[in-house]
Amino acid sequence: MSFRYDIRLSGSGGQGLILMGIILAEAIGIYDGKFVSQTQSYGPEARGGSSKAEVVLSDTEIDYPKAMSLDLLLAMNQKSCDDYYMDLKNDGILIVDSTFVNQVPIQKAFRIPFTRIARENLKREMVANIVALGAIAKLTTIVTPKAIEAAVMARVPKGTEKLNRDALKAGMNAAMKAQKASVPQMLSERVDEDT
Amino acid sequence: MAEVTKLIHKYLRHDKKFPHVWCPGCGIGIMLGSLIRAIDECGYNKDEIVLVSGIGCTGRMPVYVDFNTLHTTHGRALTFATGIKLANPALKVIVVMGDGDAVAIGGNHFIHAARRNVDISTVILNNSVYGMTGGQYSPTTPYGMKTTTSPYSNVEQSFNISELAVAAGAVFVARGTVYHAKMLDGLMEMTFKKKGFSVIEVIGHCHTQYGKLNRMGSAVEMMKWQKEHAVTVEKATQMKDDELKDKFRIGVLVDKELPVFHEEYEKIRRWAKEAK
Amino acid sequence: MKKKTKKELLLQGNEAIVEGALRAGCRFFAGYPITPATEISELLSVRLPQVDGTFIQMEDEIASMGAIIGASLAGAKSMTATSGPGFSLMQENLGYAVIAEVPCVIVDAMRGGPSTGLPTFPSQSDVMQARWGTHGDHPIIVLCPSTVRECYDITIRAFNMAEKFRTPVIILVDEVVAHMREKISIDEDEDIEIFNRVKPTVPPEWYIPYEDTPRGVPAMANFGDGYRYHVTGLTHDIRGFPTSRPDEIDPFIRRLFRKISQHFAELHMGEFFETDDAEITIIAYGCVARSAKRAARDARERGLKVGALKLNTIWPFMRTPVEKVLQTSKIIIVPEMNMGQISREVKRVNKTDAKVFTINKVDGTIITPEEILRKIKEVR
Repeated sequence: MSFRYDIRLSGSGGQGLILMGIILAEAIGIYDGKFVSQTQSYGPEARGGSSKAEVVLSDTEIDYPKAMSLDLLLAMNQKSCDDYYMDLKNDGILIVDSTFVNQVPIQKAFRIPFTRIARENLKREMVANIVALGAIAKLTTIVTPKAIEAAVMARVPKGTEKLNRDALKAGMNAAMKAQKASVPQMLSERVDEDT
Repeated sequence: MAEVTKLIHKYLRHDKKFPHVWCPGCGIGIMLGSLIRAIDECGYNKDEIVLVSGIGCTGRMPVYVDFNTLHTTHGRALTFATGIKLANPALKVIVVMGDGDAVAIGGNHFIHAARRNVDISTVILNNSVYGMTGGQYSPTTPYGMKTTTSPYSNVEQSFNISELAVAAGAVFVARGTVYHAKMLDGLMEMTFKKKGFSVIEVIGHCHTQYGKLNRMGSAVEMMKWQKEHAVTVEKATQMKDDELKDKFRIGVLVDKELPVFHEEYEKIRRWAKEAK
Repeated sequence: MKKKTKKELLLQGNEAIVEGALRAGCRFFAGYPITPATEISELLSVRLPQVDGTFIQMEDEIASMGAIIGASLAGAKSMTATSGPGFSLMQENLGYAVIAEVPCVIVDAMRGGPSTGLPTFPSQSDVMQARWGTHGDHPIIVLCPSTVRECYDITIRAFNMAEKFRTPVIILVDEVVAHMREKISIDEDEDIEIFNRVKPTVPPEWYIPYEDTPRGVPAMANFGDGYRYHVTGLTHDIRGFPTSRPDEIDPFIRRLFRKISQHFAELHMGEFFETDDAEITIIAYGCVARSAKRAARDARERGLKVGALKLNTIWPFMRTPVEKVLQTSKIIIVPEMNMGQISREVKRVNKTDAKVFTINKVDGTIITPEEILRKIKEVR
């Protein structure tokens, strides 16, 4: 069977999830050259309602375009974490924005305060999604840092390039810290599963 | 053959399409004559004219004349005409409609075509009734009149087509009658020459339906009514309000300049190419 | 890392429709804002003026449909895009385009109905509106993409068919495909067949605008070309003049049908996926065709002989390909995001012992591969 990787980016409207999905899909599809499909679901409200974007990547043509069992779930708020963590595969990765997600239902999750980083370090809360993209690039092997940077630069408004580059870097750095912190935990859990 | 008849024959389609569908005595023929004389006077060639109509008695007009002719759906003539004009601005687009066509089912298209200032000349024959379907009340049937769907009396207020056109932003609005045929020729010519959305309301009569139900007599008597109730714009300025009470004004009601849609759109094309 | 070229793009279905339309030569668009078709309007308002085309936002969908017919008569390849509620309003003038034989393309990005329904959720419930929405006996061509690439290709085909057969062509795209982004490569130099309406070559005085031809499609003069003729929504004779003669009415209506029916093979587009040895075949279209393909793959992994037939042409109904799988399969499953519109057609043409089962989902979400698999297990 060919390689297939299913990603769901979830949270509330206004957090830039659909743009995230587009950038991620573009990085994977155009800059990294894989097959990719990006879908979304949203309500009538542009702000505040539930919002999710999904990205499926593969080394071959993609049949079902929406995410099935998740290899990666990003939850930018508590509700989306609660709603979707059950869809994760056993070895799927959960990344939460710990600014808003206080209860993480599973142990092996990466908790990174994307919104707080954006607000405090970068002074612009709206780049939380780009911070999260940086973290995804670091925590997974689905997209190269080069590709994600190129895709971000191609989609963000002129004049905000530095801010967004900083946001990506901040996300990558935060991810590295989170990775170090979670490695022993994840290993111990693996052992538990096997026994 | 009289000169005037010869002129009309120059523009008629002689293959197959006569006699026409209109009742003897109908004013549409006079309006068609005026339209042809105005086109001739303006010097358009037949190939550049597109004559568009909707549905109803006026809807049948284009089939008789030798232009590019388009008989559309009820009320929608202006939407088709908008597409034609914008796809080929070199064409002279003339729309003919009736009162029901223009301001009932097509009312929305009428006000928006006027607002947009698409370069279309619009000729509306207002005979206060739906003639072809058998005399039902229309948006211009006056209060208190009888029709086949207001058998007791019409309790709705009526539209004033010209005032509606003015309010919607038409750059040129004129009113004439089929009785004042000579004057109609001149007004029609001005309507066609005007760049932008121009409207001419032509007061006509439907003796077959409306006249009969309201005991208004024959076509001749109904035309006499037009003669007696029409007041020129110039004369109206010297008359008191109570003298004008049951009268209507004929002549040029509005003539102003506004940017025309297809010319404005050239700017958009320029900007779009610059932004590319 | 591959270098980004201009031609490899991550596009939404709606955006690919725009690219396809422009490639096909579309130069006029009239529309009215409606979810989930609005991206088509927005993008064409940017792109059409760049190529000396015209974009106009009309006062409603009735007007939009009228305007594209007018523009086409004046010589421009034209299109509109809408969703269910607006598509309902277009039905009146859609019929006009059929009877007056005016080429044009209508995109209906299907959302949940009836009425205002589910503006942001997908559905496939306009299949029958596309077929019979306008009154009167008429043939119609309706195409349905299920990938972004197909949005591009099918839009080009839609314009070609409209021009070739002098008919409105409807593209039914569901919200999933309309809003989905996939990578497609567009090659400006690619040799794609673009068909333009056949114009008369005879002198104007010999031109018979609605004359029958071997293909059933008369040559079409544009307004302003010097061929002054009459266009009407009334049933007309070969000259375009209204007629009430039975001997003129009958051949006219039959010609309208014949010009489509004698070209079925050319109009039918679809894909057989592992159907040759399939005991169970899933017949699907739009986004659900992708679920079907996935379900067939997963079923084969489990040792079940399952195939899928994707319909890219919805109308005229793909009778021959459907009959083929009806003959070779024991079980047919038709999953649809409606209460059963194409499945009725499948049942209608079924003269075999194959059993036809349906999956009907009307909750505003796509039918998943698992749901199809579940049905397979249930009925096999």
